[in-house]
Amino acid sequence: MRRHLIGIEGLTKEDIYSYLNNAATFVEVSERELKKVPPLRGKTIVNLFLEPSTRTRVSFEIAGKRLSADTINVGASDSSITKGETLLDTARTLQAMAPDIIVMRHKESGAPHFLAKHLEKTSIVNAGDGMHEHPTQALLDLLTLKHHFKERSAGIEDLTVAIVGDIRHSRVARSNIWAHLALNNRINLVGPPTLIPEEFRHPRLFGEKINIIHDLKTGLRGADVVICLRMQLERQTDKFVPSLEEYSQEYCVNERALQAANPGCVVLHPGPANRGLEVSSAVLDGAQSLMQKQVNFGVAVRMAVLFALATGKTVSEGKSE
Amino acid sequence: MANKMNAVPSNWKTIVDAETISRSISRMSYEILEKDRRLNNLAIVGIRTGGEYLAERIRRKIKEIEGVEPQLGVIDITLYRDDLSNSDLQPTLKGTDLPFSISGARIVLVDDVLYTGRTIRAALDAIIDFGRPACVELAVLIDRGHRELPIRPDYVGKNLPTSKGQFLRLKLSEQGFPDGVYSIE
Repeated sequence: MRRHLIGIEGLTKEDIYSYLNNAATFVEVSERELKKVPPLRGKTIVNLFLEPSTRTRVSFEIAGKRLSADTINVGASDSSITKGETLLDTARTLQAMAPDIIVMRHKESGAPHFLAKHLEKTSIVNAGDGMHEHPTQALLDLLTLKHHFKERSAGIEDLTVAIVGDIRHSRVARSNIWAHLALNNRINLVGPPTLIPEEFRHPRLFGEKINIIHDLKTGLRGADVVICLRMQLERQTDKFVPSLEEYSQEYCVNERALQAANPGCVVLHPGPANRGLEVSSAVLDGAQSLMQKQVNFGVAVRMAVLFALATGKTVSEGKSE
Repeated sequence: MANKMNAVPSNWKTIVDAETISRSISRMSYEILEKDRRLNNLAIVGIRTGGEYLAERIRRKIKEIEGVEPQLGVIDITLYRDDLSNSDLQPTLKGTDLPFSISGARIVLVDDVLYTGRTIRAALDAIIDFGRPACVELAVLIDRGHRELPIRPDYVGKNLPTSKGQFLRLKLSEQGFPDGVYSIE
């Protein structure tokens, strides 16, 4: 049977833990002298990255290679998309080459789902689609937290998570929201009203699990985890705020603002960061920041996802529409 | 270790009892020592999950006899299996822990039941990924036959002819069941 990972929405807590637990083994593999294991030998993975990305693409490529798969990278500039080929035609061409997994990054929300619907024999992994989801980023955030909170009896549950910044344009935020809802954590969405999407305002859907807060200090109060989001200037986010200077005065996560959070609070950032805009350099390079760990765990989480899609027959793919 | 003991499910039939297991562990430990008394490079490595606690028991026995504790490791062979693409369930990885240098070590691989030999083939590949051991030996509590690969054990607790469809499992008190090899119907 063919399986996909399109989003975190629709995954259960058990699905999430199954990825995280297997990822622990891949962390160990990544620390070996010989960083390669054989389970995906003979499988072909196409990394179809039609939007710029360095860390996610490199991370998926290393993950595939460490599992012994053959990985091929296709970018926007070296694909026929620049010659006007439609996504469906590109997909069919790739399908004819019979890859087992296509890892896809696309600027349009829903593109990986579209591919999954039209390709019959290939598993699709969403590596970020428009403003929809970036499931492996949320999983690596969780793995980073699981590692950090390993001595805590509730682990990564019973946490207060503040997600701060440009939530509207952020697929990282959406995937993290679904992940923390699945874990039953409390979520504060913090930012100016223009950058908080309507979809999370329905108390009927999200009960008391999601709080929308427009004041940074109030939003960070009692937080165990702060997820800073990149201000997506390429999506013209600056049109949603009076000015970037004003935005950073109100919403930049700096040491002073962090004092409102819990003493053991940690800070995540999916990178690349706009230093001084959504987060201060002092916080990003400080003791509470787990940013470097996030990069390290990225490969292990992606190994766990590729391994799951290529092996067992029962994987939940998350809600795709 | 102070696990609470579970009742043995009614579909489990004891085919090797606790006393026989204990005698077998004892004899295998003596045989391991007889072959080579130098303990400084000896490592007992259990294969998850059946061999994990058995390896610990063998190590304890060797310590009882010689007063020196050999190294102990555990390996998960899931990533090295030859049937991963056909497995129905999502494979669960439990991790490998070899807290010593494999290069130059005398490794005694430990598993509960030796059957087709495919697990041992996978275990050998997993070990070699960590270095070049001086030698690898194989200790199993039960040899039930039906080998599909050219693999033979060096130390055997008990030879037990079985039919192919049978499902055997060693359970030890560490896992919450009375020591025994059970045939699960």
